[in-house]
Amino acid sequence: MSMLEVNDLHVYYGSIHAVKGVSFTVDKGEIVTLIGANGAGKSTTLNTIAGILPARRGSVEFQGEGILGVPAHKMVRKGIALCPEGRRVFTQMTVEENLQMGGYTRTDAENADTVEDVYGHFPRLRERAYQVAGTLSGGEQQMLAMGRALMGRPDLIMLDEPSMGLAPILVDEIFSIIKSLNDNGTTVLLVEQNASMALSIADRAYVLETGRIVKEGSGSDLLRDDDVRRAYLGG
Amino acid sequence: MSFLTALINGISLGSVYAIIALGYTMVYGIAKMLNFAHGDVIMVGGYLCFCTVQYLGLPTLAGVILAVVGCTALGIVVEGLAYKPLRQAPSLAVLITAIGVSYFLQNSALLIWGADPKAFPSAVSFPSVKLFDGQLIINSITIVTVLAAVLVMVALTLFTSRTKMGKAMRACSEDKGAAQLMGINVDRTISMVFAIGSGLAAIAGVLLCSAYPTLTPTTGSMPGIKAFTAAVFGGIGSIPGAALGGVLLGIIEIMAKTYISTQLSDAIVFGVLIIVLLIKPAGLLGKLVPEKV
Repeated sequence: MSMLEVNDLHVYYGSIHAVKGVSFTVDKGEIVTLIGANGAGKSTTLNTIAGILPARRGSVEFQGEGILGVPAHKMVRKGIALCPEGRRVFTQMTVEENLQMGGYTRTDAENADTVEDVYGHFPRLRERAYQVAGTLSGGEQQMLAMGRALMGRPDLIMLDEPSMGLAPILVDEIFSIIKSLNDNGTTVLLVEQNASMALSIADRAYVLETGRIVKEGSGSDLLRDDDVRRAYLGG
Repeated sequence: MSFLTALINGISLGSVYAIIALGYTMVYGIAKMLNFAHGDVIMVGGYLCFCTVQYLGLPTLAGVILAVVGCTALGIVVEGLAYKPLRQAPSLAVLITAIGVSYFLQNSALLIWGADPKAFPSAVSFPSVKLFDGQLIINSITIVTVLAAVLVMVALTLFTSRTKMGKAMRACSEDKGAAQLMGINVDRTISMVFAIGSGLAAIAGVLLCSAYPTLTPTTGSMPGIKAFTAAVFGGIGSIPGAALGGVLLGIIEIMAKTYISTQLSDAIVFGVLIIVLLIKPAGLLGKLVPEKV
């Protein structure tokens, strides 16, 4: 049984049919990526799994339990964390306070341990612990958003466009951190427009086009796939 | 000496405005709505305290506690029944609802307690402080009011900066979507802010009625509007701003009454507000979002 099983998911924005019957699975320990152009339904899919958007049809099972209709604020306790598009750190709070919010559902004692782990992955955050998050650079804010999501000790972390707006060198850094998080046992569901980076670290990948999955395979296979190369990797 | 007296009275009145303004500003910060019924919660607080002392014969302190508990509950109920269903509605709908709640509370008070002004029993019984051979008299209620405001301010600051609940409140004020991803129950947090704001309004109600001891169903309206002005003056959404705005507004009002004209004092207060907003549209301590570096 897979950790996450999405089956025939349909999501609407008003009358717009944004996700049209998407099905995929994520196994424990994997990095799975959803790639596709703007508006393909990638973020919508993640937001629906996270309980932010309602689904019209279909099912989502996480560790054997149906989670459609569970409100977003109960997902952390179930073991799912979403690191949202655009980072959405609390800009008027310090780095430390942001991390504390990430561990909102856990006790202070548990958080004290987890914070050390997070600083281990992101040493730069420790240096800036008492700085207000709004003053961090884009890359640091992304690290903070990921660290904050990790504070809930999720079994599955969903990352929505972690490379957005970052310099190439930072993109490399962020992806190597994602890889190391995964090596430490966190299952990753990654949504990316930077398809080549995403495919290079993913175990498996799904290609979305206008709300449907049009291709799936291992990361390395899709990296060599002619259609994928033409459409998403610039030739 | 009259200047000093006016200044002290101004600070005292301003302290009441500050406590009310804190409720406005916290609710605005998290729910992004102007709770125009906030002033009427003050009035309810006043009546609750009045009834406890007058009809139940309990000491004033019991009246204060009952007023706080009652108003806190009222805040939660009003939020749950009137505002929560409108969470996704346009802000104009919420604003009109708030005005409706305001009228509802005023008219309910009219039904229950009638239109006749009630003489409010003084909340404090220890004597006034006389300084400079009796030239400067500071009423005990003045001292209690200022102390209460300072205490409330310190408690709120500690609450929002130190406790997990308080930080969650700030997180919700900034980004509700991100806050719920942290596992924060945004709806419950908003209810809690209404509860705190209404509890503060009850304290303000008792203090206000002790200083100006007549109680009618519209007692809360004018202080409510003044405190709202104070919150905007200081920068709405900012807790220190509400305190500063409240105290300044109180001082300006009493100074205007003492040295210019009693009739014109309100006009002067709102005139100053207009000037401040022309120069600093976000209010004195309006939130500055830090720049990226």
